Amino acid sequence: MDAILFFLFAAIAVVSAINVVVQRHPISSALSLVGVMGSLAVLYLLLGAEFIAAAQMIVYAGAIMVLFVFVIMLLNAGAEKSPRKGWILTAVAMPLLVLFLGMVSYIIQRGFPNAPLVVFGQFTGGSPKDVGMALFTRYLLPFEITSVLILIAIIGAVVLARKEME
Amino acid sequence: MLHPITSNHYLVLSAAMLIIGTLGVLTRRNIVIVLMSIELILNAVNINLVTMSHHWQNLHGQVFAIFVITVAVAEAAIGLGILIALFRNKETVQADEIDLLKW
Repeated sequence: MDAILFFLFAAIAVVSAINVVVQRHPISSALSLVGVMGSLAVLYLLLGAEFIAAAQMIVYAGAIMVLFVFVIMLLNAGAEKSPRKGWILTAVAMPLLVLFLGMVSYIIQRGFPNAPLVVFGQFTGGSPKDVGMALFTRYLLPFEITSVLILIAIIGAVVLARKEME
Repeated sequence: MLHPITSNHYLVLSAAMLIIGTLGVLTRRNIVIVLMSIELILNAVNINLVTMSHHWQNLHGQVFAIFVITVAVAEAAIGLGILIALFRNKETVQADEIDLLKW
Protein backbone atom coordinates (compact mmCIF):
# COMPACT_ATOMS: atom_id res chain seq x y z
CA MET A 1 0.00 0.00 0.00
CA ASP A 2 2.82 2.38 0.92
CA ALA A 3 4.61 1.61 -2.31
CA ILE A 4 1.50 2.20 -4.43
CA LEU A 5 0.80 5.53 -2.73
CA PHE A 6 4.42 6.63 -2.99
CA PHE A 7 4.80 5.78 -6.66
CA LEU A 8 1.41 7.25 -7.57
CA PHE A 9 2.00 10.59 -5.90
CA ALA A 10 5.69 10.77 -6.76
CA ALA A 11 4.73 10.27 -10.40
CA ILE A 12 2.06 13.00 -10.14
CA ALA A 13 4.60 15.33 -8.53
CA VAL A 14 7.30 14.75 -11.15
CA VAL A 15 4.93 14.97 -14.13
CA SER A 16 3.35 18.15 -12.75
CA ALA A 17 6.79 19.63 -12.10
CA ILE A 18 7.82 18.92 -15.70
CA ASN A 19 4.55 20.48 -16.80
CA VAL A 20 5.36 23.62 -14.78
CA VAL A 21 8.58 24.00 -16.72
CA VAL A 22 7.37 23.16 -20.24
CA GLN A 23 4.01 24.97 -20.35
CA ARG A 24 3.93 28.12 -22.44
CA HIS A 25 1.20 29.91 -20.53
CA PRO A 26 1.88 30.99 -16.91
CA ILE A 27 -1.62 30.05 -15.72
CA SER A 28 -1.08 26.44 -16.86
CA SER A 29 2.21 26.40 -14.97
CA ALA A 30 0.51 27.75 -11.85
CA LEU A 31 -2.19 25.03 -11.95
CA SER A 32 0.49 22.35 -12.42
CA LEU A 33 2.33 23.78 -9.43
CA VAL A 34 -0.84 23.25 -7.36
CA GLY A 35 -0.66 19.58 -8.41
CA VAL A 36 2.96 19.37 -7.25
CA MET A 37 2.11 20.94 -3.88
CA GLY A 38 -0.87 18.63 -3.29
CA SER A 39 0.98 15.43 -4.11
CA LEU A 40 3.94 16.52 -1.99
CA ALA A 41 1.55 17.08 0.92
CA VAL A 42 0.42 13.44 0.58
CA LEU A 43 4.06 12.33 0.58
CA TYR A 44 4.69 14.33 3.76
CA LEU A 45 1.74 12.52 5.33
CA LEU A 46 3.31 9.19 4.36
CA LEU A 47 6.49 10.33 6.10
CA GLY A 48 4.54 11.11 9.28
CA ALA A 49 4.82 14.89 9.00
CA GLU A 50 1.18 15.83 9.53
CA PHE A 51 1.76 19.47 10.40
CA ILE A 52 4.06 20.05 7.43
CA ALA A 53 1.47 18.48 5.12
CA ALA A 54 -1.24 20.81 6.41
CA ALA A 55 1.09 23.82 6.21
CA GLN A 56 2.07 22.81 2.68
CA MET A 57 -1.56 22.78 1.56
CA ILE A 58 -2.50 26.02 3.32
CA VAL A 59 0.63 28.08 2.66
CA TYR A 60 1.73 26.83 -0.76
CA ALA A 61 -1.43 25.63 -2.49
CA GLY A 62 -3.44 28.36 -0.80
CA ALA A 63 -1.53 31.55 -0.19
CA ILE A 64 1.42 31.44 -2.59
CA MET A 65 -0.55 30.12 -5.55
CA VAL A 66 -3.25 32.75 -5.09
CA LEU A 67 -0.49 35.35 -5.06
CA PHE A 68 0.98 33.94 -8.27
CA VAL A 69 -2.35 33.73 -10.07
CA PHE A 70 -3.20 37.24 -8.92
CA VAL A 71 0.05 38.64 -10.31
CA ILE A 72 -0.36 36.72 -13.59
CA MET A 73 -3.82 38.20 -14.06
CA LEU A 74 -2.64 41.65 -12.98
CA LEU A 75 0.20 41.69 -15.49
CA ASN A 76 -1.98 40.10 -18.19
CA ALA A 77 0.99 37.93 -19.12
CA GLY A 78 0.15 35.96 -22.22
CA ALA A 79 1.80 32.88 -23.62
CA GLU A 80 5.55 33.14 -23.97
CA LYS A 81 6.70 33.53 -27.53
CA SER A 82 10.22 32.26 -27.69
CA PRO A 83 12.17 31.60 -30.82
CA ARG A 84 12.67 27.86 -31.10
CA LYS A 85 16.07 26.72 -30.06
CA GLY A 86 17.45 24.02 -32.30
CA TRP A 87 16.03 20.58 -31.58
CA ILE A 88 19.61 19.26 -31.46
CA LEU A 89 20.19 21.16 -28.22
CA THR A 90 17.09 19.59 -26.67
CA ALA A 91 17.94 16.16 -28.01
CA VAL A 92 21.38 16.35 -26.40
CA ALA A 93 20.34 18.01 -23.15
CA MET A 94 17.44 15.74 -22.14
CA PRO A 95 19.40 12.45 -22.09
CA LEU A 96 22.19 14.25 -20.24
CA LEU A 97 19.71 15.41 -17.58
CA VAL A 98 18.34 11.88 -17.18
CA LEU A 99 21.91 10.59 -16.98
CA PHE A 100 22.69 13.17 -14.29
CA LEU A 101 19.65 12.08 -12.29
CA GLY A 102 20.78 8.46 -12.66
CA MET A 103 24.23 9.37 -11.37
CA VAL A 104 22.73 11.19 -8.37
CA SER A 105 20.51 8.17 -7.65
CA TYR A 106 23.54 5.87 -7.86
CA ILE A 107 25.48 8.08 -5.43
CA ILE A 108 22.52 8.13 -3.00
CA GLN A 109 22.23 4.35 -3.21
CA ARG A 110 25.97 3.97 -2.60
CA GLY A 111 25.87 6.45 0.28
CA PHE A 112 23.02 4.72 2.09
CA PRO A 113 23.27 1.07 0.96
CA ASN A 114 20.81 -0.25 3.54
CA ALA A 115 18.48 2.66 4.06
CA PRO A 116 15.62 1.99 6.50
CA LEU A 117 12.16 1.23 5.19
CA VAL A 118 9.60 4.02 5.24
CA VAL A 119 6.40 2.56 6.67
CA PHE A 120 3.33 4.68 7.22
CA GLY A 121 2.66 5.19 10.92
CA GLN A 122 6.20 4.33 11.98
CA PHE A 123 7.10 7.90 12.96
CA THR A 124 4.38 9.81 14.76
CA GLY A 125 6.36 12.77 16.05
CA GLY A 126 5.07 15.25 13.48
CA SER A 127 1.80 16.25 15.10
CA PRO A 128 1.07 19.96 15.57
CA LYS A 129 1.61 19.56 19.30
CA ASP A 130 5.13 18.16 18.91
CA VAL A 131 6.10 20.68 16.25
CA GLY A 132 4.74 23.51 18.39
CA MET A 133 6.66 22.31 21.43
CA ALA A 134 9.88 22.23 19.40
CA LEU A 135 9.22 25.63 17.81
CA PHE A 136 8.43 27.42 21.06
CA THR A 137 11.14 25.89 23.24
CA ARG A 138 14.28 24.81 21.47
CA TYR A 139 13.82 26.82 18.28
CA LEU A 140 12.37 29.94 19.89
CA LEU A 141 15.12 32.32 18.73
CA PRO A 142 14.99 31.27 15.04
CA PHE A 143 11.20 31.48 15.25
CA GLU A 144 11.34 35.08 16.46
CA ILE A 145 13.94 35.99 13.84
CA THR A 146 11.60 34.50 11.23
CA SER A 147 8.88 36.88 12.36
CA VAL A 148 11.29 39.78 11.77
CA LEU A 149 12.01 38.34 8.31
CA ILE A 150 8.29 38.27 7.52
CA LEU A 151 7.96 41.87 8.69
CA ILE A 152 10.83 42.92 6.43
CA ALA A 153 9.24 41.02 3.52
CA ILE A 154 5.89 42.78 4.06
CA ILE A 155 7.51 46.22 4.16
CA GLY A 156 9.70 45.40 1.17
CA ALA A 157 6.78 44.15 -0.91
CA VAL A 158 4.74 47.26 -0.14
CA VAL A 159 7.64 49.58 -0.94
CA LEU A 160 8.47 47.75 -4.18
CA ALA A 161 4.94 47.46 -5.52
CA ARG A 162 3.88 50.99 -4.53
CA LYS A 163 3.28 53.60 -7.19
CA GLU A 164 6.05 56.17 -7.36
CA MET A 165 4.99 59.50 -5.90
CA GLU A 166 5.93 62.53 -7.92
CA MET B 1 4.81 -7.24 -5.47
CA LEU B 2 6.26 -3.77 -5.47
CA HIS B 3 9.63 -3.05 -4.02
CA PRO B 4 9.41 -1.69 -0.44
CA ILE B 5 9.96 2.04 -0.11
CA THR B 6 13.12 3.26 1.59
CA SER B 7 14.42 6.73 2.38
CA ASN B 8 16.43 6.58 -0.83
CA HIS B 9 13.27 6.69 -2.94
CA TYR B 10 12.33 9.98 -1.36
CA LEU B 11 15.86 11.34 -1.80
CA VAL B 12 15.81 10.44 -5.51
CA LEU B 13 12.42 12.15 -5.88
CA SER B 14 13.92 15.21 -4.22
CA ALA B 15 16.86 15.16 -6.63
CA ALA B 16 14.49 14.90 -9.59
CA MET B 17 12.46 17.88 -8.38
CA LEU B 18 15.67 19.86 -7.85
CA ILE B 19 16.87 19.11 -11.38
CA ILE B 20 13.49 20.04 -12.91
CA GLY B 21 13.41 23.28 -10.92
CA THR B 22 16.95 24.21 -11.92
CA LEU B 23 16.08 23.48 -15.54
CA GLY B 24 13.13 25.85 -15.28
CA VAL B 25 15.19 28.62 -13.73
CA LEU B 26 17.86 28.31 -16.41
CA THR B 27 15.74 27.88 -19.54
CA ARG B 28 12.54 29.87 -19.09
CA ARG B 29 12.28 33.56 -19.95
CA ASN B 30 9.01 34.39 -18.24
CA ILE B 31 9.93 35.66 -14.78
CA VAL B 32 6.70 34.32 -13.22
CA ILE B 33 7.62 30.80 -14.29
CA VAL B 34 11.20 31.32 -13.06
CA LEU B 35 9.79 32.20 -9.62
CA MET B 36 7.61 29.07 -9.73
CA SER B 37 10.69 26.99 -10.53
CA ILE B 38 12.40 28.46 -7.47
CA GLU B 39 9.41 27.23 -5.45
CA LEU B 40 10.02 23.77 -6.95
CA ILE B 41 13.64 23.89 -5.77
CA LEU B 42 12.62 24.90 -2.25
CA ASN B 43 10.09 22.05 -2.21
CA ALA B 44 12.84 19.61 -3.16
CA VAL B 45 14.78 20.81 -0.12
CA ASN B 46 11.68 20.30 2.01
CA ILE B 47 11.30 16.67 0.86
CA ASN B 48 14.91 16.10 1.82
CA LEU B 49 14.46 17.62 5.28
CA VAL B 50 11.26 15.71 6.06
CA THR B 51 12.78 12.46 4.79
CA MET B 52 15.79 12.91 7.02
CA SER B 53 13.47 13.74 9.92
CA HIS B 54 11.84 10.33 9.33
CA HIS B 55 15.24 8.68 8.88
CA TRP B 56 16.61 9.85 12.23
CA GLN B 57 13.20 9.60 13.93
CA ASN B 58 13.31 13.10 15.35
CA LEU B 59 11.65 16.41 14.71
CA HIS B 60 14.47 18.78 13.82
CA GLY B 61 14.16 18.30 10.06
CA GLN B 62 10.48 19.17 10.16
CA VAL B 63 11.16 22.37 12.10
CA PHE B 64 13.69 23.33 9.44
CA ALA B 65 11.11 22.56 6.77
CA ILE B 66 8.76 25.06 8.42
CA PHE B 67 11.48 27.69 8.27
CA VAL B 68 12.07 26.88 4.60
CA ILE B 69 8.34 27.32 3.89
CA THR B 70 8.45 30.70 5.65
CA VAL B 71 11.45 31.85 3.66
CA ALA B 72 9.73 30.66 0.46
CA VAL B 73 6.70 32.80 1.26
CA ALA B 74 8.86 35.85 1.89
CA GLU B 75 10.81 35.19 -1.30
CA ALA B 76 7.64 34.86 -3.39
CA ALA B 77 6.20 38.08 -1.98
CA ILE B 78 9.40 40.06 -2.62
CA GLY B 79 9.96 38.48 -6.04
CA LEU B 80 6.46 39.29 -7.23
CA GLY B 81 6.80 42.83 -5.83
CA ILE B 82 9.99 43.31 -7.83
CA LEU B 83 8.20 41.86 -10.86
CA ILE B 84 5.36 44.39 -10.56
CA ALA B 85 7.84 47.26 -10.20
CA LEU B 86 9.71 45.98 -13.27
CA PHE B 87 6.52 45.64 -15.28
CA ARG B 88 5.55 49.18 -14.40
CA ASN B 89 8.84 50.46 -15.83
CA LYS B 90 9.51 48.12 -18.75
CA GLU B 91 6.07 46.72 -19.69
CA THR B 92 7.45 43.19 -19.98
CA VAL B 93 7.88 40.02 -17.93
CA GLN B 94 10.43 38.42 -20.25
CA ALA B 95 13.79 38.14 -18.54
CA ASP B 96 15.82 38.68 -21.72
CA GLU B 97 14.10 42.01 -22.45
CA ILE B 98 15.10 43.43 -19.07
CA ASP B 99 18.63 44.52 -19.87
CA LEU B 100 18.93 47.85 -18.05
CA LEU B 101 22.38 46.99 -16.72
CA LYS B 102 23.70 45.67 -20.01
CA TRP B 103 26.40 47.98 -21.32
